[in-house]
Amino acid sequence: MDSSTSRNATILKSVCLAGVLAFPLIGFSDYVLHIAISILLWGFVYTGWSVMGRFGLVSLGHGAFLGVGAYGTTMLWNHLGLTPWIGIPISVVAAGILGLLIGLPCFRFRITGHYFALVTLALTEVARLLIVALRDQTGGSLGVTPVGMVSPEEPISIYALQFASKYVWFYIMVAVWLVGLLIWRAVDRSMLRYAMEAISQEEDAAASVGVQVTRTKLTVTVISAAMTAFGGAMYGQYQQYINPETVSGIAISLQIVFAVIAGGMFVQLGPTVGAVITILLGEGLRLGFGHEFHGLDVTIYGLMLILFIIYMPRGVLGKAVEAFSAPRARPAAPSAQPGE
Amino acid sequence: MEFSLTDPFLWETVIQGLLFGGVLALLSLGLNLIFGVIDVVWICYAELIMLGMYTIFFLYTHYGLPLPVSFAGGILMVAALGALLHQLVIRPILHTEPINQLLVTGGVLFFLQGLATMMFSVEFRNIGISFGSVEAGDMFFPVSRIIAFVVSLVAVACLWLFLKKTYLGTAIRAISQDRDVMPLMGVSPRKIYLVTSALGGGLAGLGACLLVMLYDIHPAIGLTFGPIVFMVCVLGGLGNMFGGFIAAFIFAEFIALGGFYAEVEWGYVLAFVFFIVMMFIRPQGLLGTRN
Amino acid sequence: MLRLENVSAGYGTFQALFGVNLEVRGGEAVAVIGPNGAGKTSLLRVISKVIPLNGGDIAMEDKSLADVPAHRIIELGIAHVPEHRRLFPRLTVEENLRMGAFVNGARSRYDERLAYVYDLFPHMKERRHQLAGTMSGGEQQMCAIGRGLMSGPKLLLLDEPSAGLAPVIVQQVFDLVRRIREEGYTVLIVEQNIQQVLKVVDRAYLLEVGRIKMSGPARDLLENDEVRRAYIGL
Repeated sequence: MDSSTSRNATILKSVCLAGVLAFPLIGFSDYVLHIAISILLWGFVYTGWSVMGRFGLVSLGHGAFLGVGAYGTTMLWNHLGLTPWIGIPISVVAAGILGLLIGLPCFRFRITGHYFALVTLALTEVARLLIVALRDQTGGSLGVTPVGMVSPEEPISIYALQFASKYVWFYIMVAVWLVGLLIWRAVDRSMLRYAMEAISQEEDAAASVGVQVTRTKLTVTVISAAMTAFGGAMYGQYQQYINPETVSGIAISLQIVFAVIAGGMFVQLGPTVGAVITILLGEGLRLGFGHEFHGLDVTIYGLMLILFIIYMPRGVLGKAVEAFSAPRARPAAPSAQPGE
Repeated sequence: MEFSLTDPFLWETVIQGLLFGGVLALLSLGLNLIFGVIDVVWICYAELIMLGMYTIFFLYTHYGLPLPVSFAGGILMVAALGALLHQLVIRPILHTEPINQLLVTGGVLFFLQGLATMMFSVEFRNIGISFGSVEAGDMFFPVSRIIAFVVSLVAVACLWLFLKKTYLGTAIRAISQDRDVMPLMGVSPRKIYLVTSALGGGLAGLGACLLVMLYDIHPAIGLTFGPIVFMVCVLGGLGNMFGGFIAAFIFAEFIALGGFYAEVEWGYVLAFVFFIVMMFIRPQGLLGTRN
Repeated sequence: MLRLENVSAGYGTFQALFGVNLEVRGGEAVAVIGPNGAGKTSLLRVISKVIPLNGGDIAMEDKSLADVPAHRIIELGIAHVPEHRRLFPRLTVEENLRMGAFVNGARSRYDERLAYVYDLFPHMKERRHQLAGTMSGGEQQMCAIGRGLMSGPKLLLLDEPSAGLAPVIVQQVFDLVRRIREEGYTVLIVEQNIQQVLKVVDRAYLLEVGRIKMSGPARDLLENDEVRRAYIGL
């Protein structure tokens, strides 16, 4: 891109950013703000997943990290009175360590593809089952609420990281979301990206030119795990209610994957677009059909995911980017076979 | 934690585990077949079983068909679903990155679950058949579990015979070893894959017959036993039916014993942690081969 | 029996055969010789439709193969014994032979043909329950040829049967080809081992860079100066 195009891009981005920041001031209802906040939050979470996913490390178990973030923070607050300002970093670090614990053996023993996905699946189910099994501490499948410190008279508690106002949460989430995008871009422009691409193409060749395969993969995994856990913690603080189904387990893990695929795994804003798609779709259907066609949103998700993988593996945004930018090398093209 | 070899409850648990293991073994059979032959993982496998269960339920309770006919209907339905799945969803992505199979069948998982939710609502259904229990010493065993176990073993044996002794079975085993040479023998790989998919679906349908006697039906039950079936397959070595068989029993015993000494969830936690640890010790699974 | 008229074929953008004309009459043994990369294997693969026919036509007993898919070629009586044997490694010898008889017409005569193949290869019978992948190259080649015979073909296509085999085994392979010929099978054999193969066949074609350069009775090619200089090293 030449300098005038990149200047245009910067102007465009600044305008959009200003628009985003000014969004709440237009005077939307709390409900609309809630939707926007959800989009930003889940956009962040999905972006976190895509840091790994884009390099072929497809995890079906990010629910585990979400759960560590959400339940870690909430348990520390509820049982030990530990402020989320300390609780969140602890949970994020814990998630990072979990990522290391799972990643190290997987990568050392070259567990990839199907097997890696299934191991992560086991992990997230372990997380969910543990949460349910430890029901005395966690509230089990009924879920749990962080001990409330806010009331109409005291709508802000910085110590508890609880805010009654959606406006405050909106700007917090914008910040979180932007940080996520920055992290994504930092990885995209770092040696990590090139190393991971080399690894995902031909691991042995990469190793032979000095790429430290295991360490690179672990770095990407830890970043992804930490981001996801942070998102989980934020979710808990915002929603003021968590349960094992929404922050752990296979269902949420698959939803993350779906959203990123739909939005575009290889583009910075792709996961956010995925959040827009999934959340608007869910809400739209709920508003349009109420509980009459309960399950329609999931059905449509599924259909879309199928169609995306078959026809648009690079997602909506990815396809758009492709259409507007110079042709690049495609990932492994299908080879002609004499019939299957 | 008490441990007495003469404790009848302990033995009852162990045997219950064995019975459950038989069912798990059957469930894992279809998945292993598909993976071993076509090299695809159907993440939506449990959802196919779920639909089979609903089919049997409706055939039996709403249309009043006799149970064996309902079972047959369920098996045929899921066999057809399996073939459709392959033809419409798997074939287009067969030669792309392997992760696409996981993702596209993940999409089918959502799709089928949503469809079931819309069509059948989230109430729990039960086929309402009870065969009673059988007593042995101080131990009680539900007859339905015993039937399930026996049927599983018979099915495994039949499948083995089919694969070993028939032309089609031999072709199914052959295609995973050298696909490109198959046309030279007059075998269309496309046809074999379709047949295998239908067979895998049929086995899932048979699994549905067993499960419908043991559990309630709900659109999301796939999420409860799906992960377990995958882990059993991977533990035994993906694609290795004998390995899956053994792994099923090991898994079932972990779950049973864990649930005996602590709450039900702990049994599963134990089993899953065992799985994760085994993946690190032997990533290719108990009887799997590194490729 | 088999006729190739102006056949062109290739892989994607790479063309391997250019306007090849070739004929095999009933009861004959014909060889296609030539250097590496000449397109010999492609020739057999286009006959069995494993690679598509881009130009010209192939006719088996006057029936065009142009629209016949690969898995139906064997029904027309053409059995292809592929390059590198391509046995199913984790199936037993007998199971491999059974796969050769998969075609509908062949199943009813399975026992009879199995006995015939075991008669041709007594060693095979001893090893009938051995996994094919554990056998030596020569044994595998015998098994592969046996597998081809299980369908009771009218035309047997042999793709480089001597490749990668020790000289003693090579001799056995060609003795086998001779014997099959005597039994009345029509054979089209593609080979790099020019000296040996020309002693076993009636006619031969010389294929170079996808084109037929020369053809004629085997004896003539064996004594042809150009052939001798280029390929037999004399």
